[in-house]
Amino acid sequence: MFSVLVSKARTSKVNKTGSWRSTHKPKFLQKECINCGLCKFICPEGCIEGKEKNKYVTDLDYCKGCGVCAYICPKKDIEMISNSKED
Amino acid sequence: MKKFLEGSWALAEAAKLCRPGVVAAYPITPQTHIVEHLAQFVANGSLSAESVNVESEHSAASVVLGSQAAGVRSFTCTSSQGLLLMAEVVFCIAGMRLPVMMVCANRAISAPINIWNDQQDSISLRDSGWIQLYAENNQEAVDLIIAGHKIGENSKIMLPIMVCVDGFILTHGMETVDMPDQELVDKFLPAYNPPYKLDVDNPMSFGLLGDPTVYIETRYAIQKTMDQVLDEVVKVGKEYSSLTKRDSVRLVEEYRIDDAEIVLVAMGSVCGSIKDVIDMQRETGKKVGLLKVVTYRPFPKEAIKKALNKAKYIGVVDKDISLGSDGALYSEVKAILSSDKKVSGFVAGLGGRDIKVSSINTIIDLTEKEVNSCKFIDLKQELLWDEFKV
Amino acid sequence: MDREHFQENLYVSGHTACAGCGQSMAVRIVMNAAGKNTMVANSTGCLEVFSTKAPETAFALPWIHSLFENSAAVASGVELGLKYLKKNKDINIISQAGDGGTGDIGLQAISGMLERGHNILYVCYDNEAYMNTGIQRSGSTPFYANTTTTPIGKLSSGNTRPKKPMVEICAAHHIPYSATASVANPKDIEKKVKKALSIEGPKYLQIHVPCPLGWKTESQSTIEVAKLAVQTGLYPLVEYEYGKLVKVTKITSPKPVEEYLKVQGRFRHLLKNKEDLAKVQQVADNNIEYYGLK
Repeated sequence: MFSVLVSKARTSKVNKTGSWRSTHKPKFLQKECINCGLCKFICPEGCIEGKEKNKYVTDLDYCKGCGVCAYICPKKDIEMISNSKED
Repeated sequence: MKKFLEGSWALAEAAKLCRPGVVAAYPITPQTHIVEHLAQFVANGSLSAESVNVESEHSAASVVLGSQAAGVRSFTCTSSQGLLLMAEVVFCIAGMRLPVMMVCANRAISAPINIWNDQQDSISLRDSGWIQLYAENNQEAVDLIIAGHKIGENSKIMLPIMVCVDGFILTHGMETVDMPDQELVDKFLPAYNPPYKLDVDNPMSFGLLGDPTVYIETRYAIQKTMDQVLDEVVKVGKEYSSLTKRDSVRLVEEYRIDDAEIVLVAMGSVCGSIKDVIDMQRETGKKVGLLKVVTYRPFPKEAIKKALNKAKYIGVVDKDISLGSDGALYSEVKAILSSDKKVSGFVAGLGGRDIKVSSINTIIDLTEKEVNSCKFIDLKQELLWDEFKV
Repeated sequence: MDREHFQENLYVSGHTACAGCGQSMAVRIVMNAAGKNTMVANSTGCLEVFSTKAPETAFALPWIHSLFENSAAVASGVELGLKYLKKNKDINIISQAGDGGTGDIGLQAISGMLERGHNILYVCYDNEAYMNTGIQRSGSTPFYANTTTTPIGKLSSGNTRPKKPMVEICAAHHIPYSATASVANPKDIEKKVKKALSIEGPKYLQIHVPCPLGWKTESQSTIEVAKLAVQTGLYPLVEYEYGKLVKVTKITSPKPVEEYLKVQGRFRHLLKNKEDLAKVQQVADNNIEYYGLK
């Protein structure tokens, strides 16, 4: 007889950590983006996606609103706005 | 093929016959010769395993945990302090359902430091979820190692196996052992093929955080599997017996029990001495027998109850003591027997003190005459003082 | 939005690290840099707790956790197993832990692994305390940090011991590569991981990862704080090969340590204590001189 022993890859995705956000969320202005990919590279959640200039977005289902992407963007093209604001 | 050799050598050969892929052990008396023999086999090319000289027992157990998880049959051995040092890893290995094979050369636990035999070490880890098999002699040890792999590695069982051999008595004793040949072992023991392993083509996470929503089921699962082990020991034992004509692999051995009023219960090499004393007493007409427990974990309750069904006086010999309570084997045997049986517990042989013929005679005598829950045998009164003195 | 692309990540969302956790940032970079032909042995700590709560996992490569102090030994076992199966040539093996699991309770296992020469990359996520158990001091806690076991009080300015020099301890084993990195320079982490994995033998990489909860910093300033640690000289980025210092990241104009200390709650008590501040500045100055950072 067995019970829970191992888990399959990427099963953490059931956990929608976006619900943690209470104050801020990132807004991708998509105006000055140079496609450096740093935001995607450093996001601790791995929930920023993009491959082309001005096409980067975050998955709000998982984004915890930490704001490091806004900090690292060399063009300040990501703004932290109020979480209650509509996109 | 029959060989006359030191126990450690026989154990190392048995381990080698099972074709382990990884061997990791840290030297500790009286297990050291096993490690050295295995190293020699690797150096000679007769054992093609990855053998590693780790820096402690905790790491020895951790290494085999890792290699077994990677899908490779792995072997380690230790004693006493080493077993206690790796204790948390021992529990982990069982919890992670990895059928690692370990030989424990039973040795007393410090303090005071004592390198001689008793069974306190493996007994202390009886809660860990490992299958525990106790050998009376080196032949049994060899057979239990080989068969133990098959029992533990069964894909429905997947539990680690500890084969316990009395340190020095068995490890350093020279005995005749009929060593199975490689062909027989290869036929009997297939390659290790686990239902789960670390694999880049099927990436999974092992060793999860099991919070209160999942933990107790994992324990229940092992408990239920232990029931299956009871059946598996019998089944594998029969198969092994048909190949070798030996009954070493079993739950218990009943020695001259059928008409015995007095039955001693014990584990390990002391059973050899007890059998001799029983034969001597039988010559004088005394109806006495021995129930040898081979499989200690899982604890074979039904087999023990059945064997002791007709006995009136039962004397359990423990080479261990749960300080503040009684011997472990005694406590477990007493608990399953009906109240009309007179069950006594004896503690003997701790720290390597020989259990002599006279000691066993005393035990048999006391078993019949009194009921004691925890009687120490052969104490030197001159070493017991009411107050501290130097 | 094409969700398929998320599949490239070998460490995915849904883990329960604090927002802005430096370690979660670094582990994603390390896992992706290593690639899918990698097996990971992980010690107990924040990382495994927030990533692998049964029955889930955020990891997408073969991964194993057992205990706190033994990931180096478990990784050694995995390496030997793969060697026996003749699969080791194409598979990276990483052993990872926090600073506690590395330099304190894990010191024996890592030293053994390095000494035996296994082909393993050991990654230490250095957030300078036992964070998972609630911010207790470790051997890696720097001078005067306020932790729960080195709390500030009338008689105390916090931790009174210097950081255990793990990168030097590992380098002293004469391993092919022993280095420090920081989330201050995320691309440098990727570079160092790739470089380490291209070398045969034991490697050590220690990554400075701010912990917003333990350091009492803002979630957003994780990278900023890490940058200040580097720019003051308090966290030198160095590389050792076979025991010799071969490369350092220079600091063009070192910042005074106050700049780094004042943005962290764990050091706030120092700002009024000139004597202790001077001691911390001394550590930074000594680093700059010793490693030739200027």
